[in-house]
Amino acid sequence: MPQTATFRIWRGDVHGGQFQDYAAELSDGMVVLDAVHQIQATQANDLAVRWNCKAGKCGSCSAEINGSPRLMCMTRLNQLDLSQPVTVEPMRSFPPIRDLVTDVSWNFKAKKSVAKFRPRKPDAADGTWRMAQVDVERVQEFRKCIECFLCQDVCHVLREHRMFDQFVGPRHLVYAAALEMHPLDTASRARDLKHEHGVGFCNITKCCTKVCPEGIGITDNALIPLKERVIDQLYDPVAKLFRVLRGGSHAV
Amino acid sequence: MPDYQQHEHDVLVIGAGGAGLRAAIEASAAGVSVGLVCKSLLGKAHTVMAEGGIAAALANVDDRDNWKVHFADTMRGGQYVNNWRMAELHAREAPDRVRELEAWGAMFDRTTDGRILQRNFGGHRYPRLAHVGDRTGLEMIRTLQDHGIHQGIDVHMECTIVTLLKDGDRVVGAFGYERERGRFKLFRARAVVLATGGVGRAYKITSNSWEYTGDGHTLAYDAGADLMDMEFVQFHPTGMIWPPSVCGILVTEGVRGEGGVLRNSQGRRFMFDDIPENYRAQTADNEDEGWRYTQGDKSARRPPELLTRDHVSRCIVREIKEGRGSPHGGVFLDISWIKARLPNAAEVIRKKLPSMYHQFKQLADIDITREPMEVGPTTHYIMGGVRVNADTQMSTVPGLFAAGECAAGINGANRLGGNSLSDLLVFGKRAGEFAAQFAKSEKAGTNGDIDVQQIDAAAQRALEPFERGPQGEAPYQVQYALQEMMQNLVGIVRNEPEMTRALECLARLRERAARAGVGGNREYNPGWHAALDLHNLLTVSEAIARSAIDRRESRGGHFRDDCPEKDAACASFNIITRKGRDGSMEVDRVSIPPMPEELKKVIEEMK
Repeated sequence: MPQTATFRIWRGDVHGGQFQDYAAELSDGMVVLDAVHQIQATQANDLAVRWNCKAGKCGSCSAEINGSPRLMCMTRLNQLDLSQPVTVEPMRSFPPIRDLVTDVSWNFKAKKSVAKFRPRKPDAADGTWRMAQVDVERVQEFRKCIECFLCQDVCHVLREHRMFDQFVGPRHLVYAAALEMHPLDTASRARDLKHEHGVGFCNITKCCTKVCPEGIGITDNALIPLKERVIDQLYDPVAKLFRVLRGGSHAV
Repeated sequence: MPDYQQHEHDVLVIGAGGAGLRAAIEASAAGVSVGLVCKSLLGKAHTVMAEGGIAAALANVDDRDNWKVHFADTMRGGQYVNNWRMAELHAREAPDRVRELEAWGAMFDRTTDGRILQRNFGGHRYPRLAHVGDRTGLEMIRTLQDHGIHQGIDVHMECTIVTLLKDGDRVVGAFGYERERGRFKLFRARAVVLATGGVGRAYKITSNSWEYTGDGHTLAYDAGADLMDMEFVQFHPTGMIWPPSVCGILVTEGVRGEGGVLRNSQGRRFMFDDIPENYRAQTADNEDEGWRYTQGDKSARRPPELLTRDHVSRCIVREIKEGRGSPHGGVFLDISWIKARLPNAAEVIRKKLPSMYHQFKQLADIDITREPMEVGPTTHYIMGGVRVNADTQMSTVPGLFAAGECAAGINGANRLGGNSLSDLLVFGKRAGEFAAQFAKSEKAGTNGDIDVQQIDAAAQRALEPFERGPQGEAPYQVQYALQEMMQNLVGIVRNEPEMTRALECLARLRERAARAGVGGNREYNPGWHAALDLHNLLTVSEAIARSAIDRRESRGGHFRDDCPEKDAACASFNIITRKGRDGSMEVDRVSIPPMPEELKKVIEEMK
């Protein structure tokens, strides 16, 4: 590994900005966030960056490194070509605030629109519930999500088509899937998923799955089963026939 | 007059980790308006890093467990200087708090009959930690977050409080800034709950993130509240030490709970060489028995790797000092050896410790299913904090409450692993409940007049780094110097001459901090934030050093090589630090009230 490397970091705010080159000294095992911190401490005290745990557990330091959405704290320098400047820029799907920091507040609003957990009544003698490990595991995969929003950043429905008011994005569909598949949950979200959350806009290109730092099978394990659930509940022809016969007419 | 946004809440909760969220939920449920201030984004607080589990005597795995055993374990771990009432409330109420999380959607690992699974941890007599693999903290914060966002709580993200506002004796609000635009915010409140976590950033090697600069401790201290037990800092025995970029990152105690062992460079399991007298009866005396314990054999006693954190840390330091350390100056923690006992060991390790597997593989090129890890102590937690009433969590300042790591009492001289997450839930709830009650009572302020001078002064102080500009002292360099100094002079092994030197260094660092300057503007400027945090770091560092000088013995997390023994006479008091009339720090001692007979009997029975 060379002794120094160049980091081409985007500096700017909502009005625009440009890349600026900084040299950082390298040491064993370094990650991109180390380089950013070094530059911040010695050359640019006001370089804005979000970070917390520095161990891939909090999902704060999301950025685009050499064009790929990644966590800065989990991107080792020895995985990158250091003969070229390493570009570090903010997630481009969200409005910029400053430098590497973006306004991700839309995600918190989108999450609130998903109907909350509603458990069935406790049915074990001790006033709690029994759940089998195997049922729990299916949902635990989704609950590994660290809300880094890299899946949101890369999803073309949000990134290219800017459909923030019609589509909640992979993160919140995974959240909805975790609730829908929770063995105790009794709420139904199919109608919302179709009308409010835009599950149909996902055309399973799997970009979200590819960038997930937790390795969650977003597309196969969450999105596709959710789509199936919506179809089962809202498009079943037999059920529709029943509804018509019973005089119910609410549209799907 | 400074420009600021105004907010008004009955209860203002500062800090949005486990304790803050739980307090906000409870206060909101009591029907008062609640504001929740997070230093970062919601759901990113340090609780997310907790790995091992939540200690609660559910007795799902071992039916011999109950609140009394948990209480006795907590007191033994804390070397009997804990607030016994808090230890009692904690042990009694933790099971309900865990079941409540499940009712809010948490998904713990299960026993074969479908109940919440519990695992072994250091200092806990029976398997007691409800957990989700090794990411329990994430499960807990997400559950509280997802429940909390539907409770009508006003969340102020990326906002830092720089001072509390008072009317006479009472706390009536808080003043701070939001990171995004750097604008000031004034919060009027009838009661304030501090839930700001710890002080790990005062040390060079730490598992804590940038946020943990002792904010709540300092806000309380500056508002005239007592701090207590500040000499008791927990150095977690197993932090990563290599490569340098990951130094300090936590390696969960769960590794040892699942059968991981500590070895020195000679391959010796050195933890068998030094088992403290008060733990001898419950500790295995051979490797086979220790292994059987980790696999659930109820007749076996726990392996010495699961002794309390203070003790394990000191044993590791001894091995390193005496030349038996690993190549990068730590010792070896090995879970891969269990392949000698289990046919599907690699699978078990990946299943039980997924984030450890991931963390070492990705950050250190180590496959923990095949080779040992190198580990060493890392600053992890502070037992000391704001002195509070055990039942209500109110500090010595009316209307000011504290819960979680920034409050003192439950842990005494050393915290048991797993007792933090349960502490957050039990006392977060209590703080929220009693803060709401206080806000509704006549004792609270009227939410009306706040002395403008206080606000002006706070705003003025906050903007000084800009007036000095980039030619001032660089804030990060002052912070690094402080961290280096605290690590060397008030670290795991302490003595009076070094700590006296530390106080001199602190005085000089305070002068440097007063000259700290930053460039740029107020919008999301980390240099500015680092400059403002220095006051907090210096305050808690001084409280740690002064308290540690005053405790002339070794107990729990506090170890002095100039007084290496425990002194029974020192078990009778806690050390208090508070701001004196002239602004300098006062050190005081308060005696621990006598324990009721009923609790004494419990401790006797559990010996």
